[in-house]
Amino acid sequence: MDDETPRFLDCGESALSVEFGDSVDPAVNARVLALDERLRAAPPAGLRETTPTYRALFLRYEPLEISRAALIAAIEGLIAPLDADARALQPAARWTIPCCYDPEFAEDIGEAAALLGQTAQSLAQLHAGADYRAYMYGFAPGWCYLGGLPQALAIPRRATPRGPTPQGGALIGGALSLIAANPMPTGWYVVGRTPERMFALKRDPPFLVAPGDAVRFEPIDAETFLSLDARALAGETVARRETLL
Amino acid sequence: MSARLLIEAAGPGVTIQDEGRFGHSRYGVTPAGPMDLGAYLVATRAAGADSAIEVSLGGMTLRAEGATLCVAVAGGDFDIRLEGRPMPPACLLPLADGARLVLRAGASGAWCYVAVGGTLDLAPTLGSRATHARSGLGPKPLAAGDALMLAEAAEPPLEPLALAAPWLAASGAPIRVLLGPQEDYFTPEEIEAFLNARWRIGARSDRMAYRLEGPAIRHRRGHDIVSDGVAMGAIQIPGDGAPLALMADRQPTGGYPKIATVIGADLGRLAQLRPGEDLSFRAVEWDEAVAARRAYFAALEAGGTREPLGAEMTTESLLAENLVGGVVNARD
Repeated sequence: MDDETPRFLDCGESALSVEFGDSVDPAVNARVLALDERLRAAPPAGLRETTPTYRALFLRYEPLEISRAALIAAIEGLIAPLDADARALQPAARWTIPCCYDPEFAEDIGEAAALLGQTAQSLAQLHAGADYRAYMYGFAPGWCYLGGLPQALAIPRRATPRGPTPQGGALIGGALSLIAANPMPTGWYVVGRTPERMFALKRDPPFLVAPGDAVRFEPIDAETFLSLDARALAGETVARRETLL
Repeated sequence: MSARLLIEAAGPGVTIQDEGRFGHSRYGVTPAGPMDLGAYLVATRAAGADSAIEVSLGGMTLRAEGATLCVAVAGGDFDIRLEGRPMPPACLLPLADGARLVLRAGASGAWCYVAVGGTLDLAPTLGSRATHARSGLGPKPLAAGDALMLAEAAEPPLEPLALAAPWLAASGAPIRVLLGPQEDYFTPEEIEAFLNARWRIGARSDRMAYRLEGPAIRHRRGHDIVSDGVAMGAIQIPGDGAPLALMADRQPTGGYPKIATVIGADLGRLAQLRPGEDLSFRAVEWDEAVAARRAYFAALEAGGTREPLGAEMTTESLLAENLVGGVVNARD
């Protein structure tokens, strides 16, 4: 694929995938988010919604209002050279998310550590020591996929899913980490748990971390988890946000 | 006294739907919305409603309380009885205070919409009243004993009226698809095999996905892709080669190649197929898909004809006369 030109893939006659690459790569994701931002700032008539993912921007549009050709022309007018898009590599904000790695909150940490040749303590240190990029949400509301997992923690996903994750589970699977907003069965490993609500309907805004934001985990003990959990339950945001741009 | 709709019985999978919960897919939120948008629009427009009850094959019994309600029904060819009297499968009717409306699976179709004129007193979540059971957003699936309050009840018609329902003309025509977005994960021979096969809707099909039973479709280069966005009607081929048509309750993103996507004009026809029924696919180009979309929505706009029921009219005679006549008109 030409590095500069995305592919335009039809997803039926009323959706289009603008594909910048086929890998999980911060530079590719930056181009997706840069186009997303420009389209949202000045949406062409007929564009209904944009959904950024790792490597493509998914567009829902009404073809009776804008033709595929006109939409693509509008997008091509918004795609900047690679170096300009690279600015989107810089996160707009950094989140520090409290995370408890005690085995009672990290149900799979012993199992994952054994598979990785680590101890539970070294796994927790590696997980909490890394800088992550929030690539995208998917699967279910508030499920936030994070790149930047240390190589030593890359782990094949389970062949058979485990039972439902705890709310706020910090998960690892493949080369990624993930915060699971609500209980769901998954093939990933639960290595920690945050008291923060990644998705809370009654809070404004209901979602905290934006795609492209930087994320770090701050280790907390069980007692701190319980006290922060009570505050989060009451509607407080217990993760910290720092504006970077 | 305020008007209410009492649910006396409801099969599994009877939910409230509006057009969908849009604008939050970037945070992992599924739009949900009706399985058959065309039928939903006919029902809601006829009744003057902003949402509808989506009735599954399990059927539903409901009763009006406190007022005579304006109720529109449209969807598959369901068996509909107003106080025991058969109604045509698409109809607008007065549901008198205390009167009972019974919907059961009929000759064909999997989903039916019941719209009540006025505003259901349901708080929106993230801007929508659509139920997405898996993520717990929107009202809970309806169950016997539930009551829906009506904030403003619309004026009911004086007598039951038949609505034009062009989609009810039995059609075994292939479901039209646009290839892609990942047709390059399949050889031309496998794409031919997909288009030439006779498929059967699998038993474990639901609002999230319809399972397609038939030949296994093999991938040319692996079955994992880096997750990307998923449209309703996307036909995903997972590792076992058994296609899944992703429907209203699909996840917003997915990590398997999508060989083709059902066009908007045929999504309702796919949705109305029942487990065990057969279908095939035909590939079209973007222009044909858009022309079909234009004709589909134009037919819905024009389909607002309302015919009084004759005294001895049965569902069968209505199907033979009024509704089939309506189909010809809508298509011309």
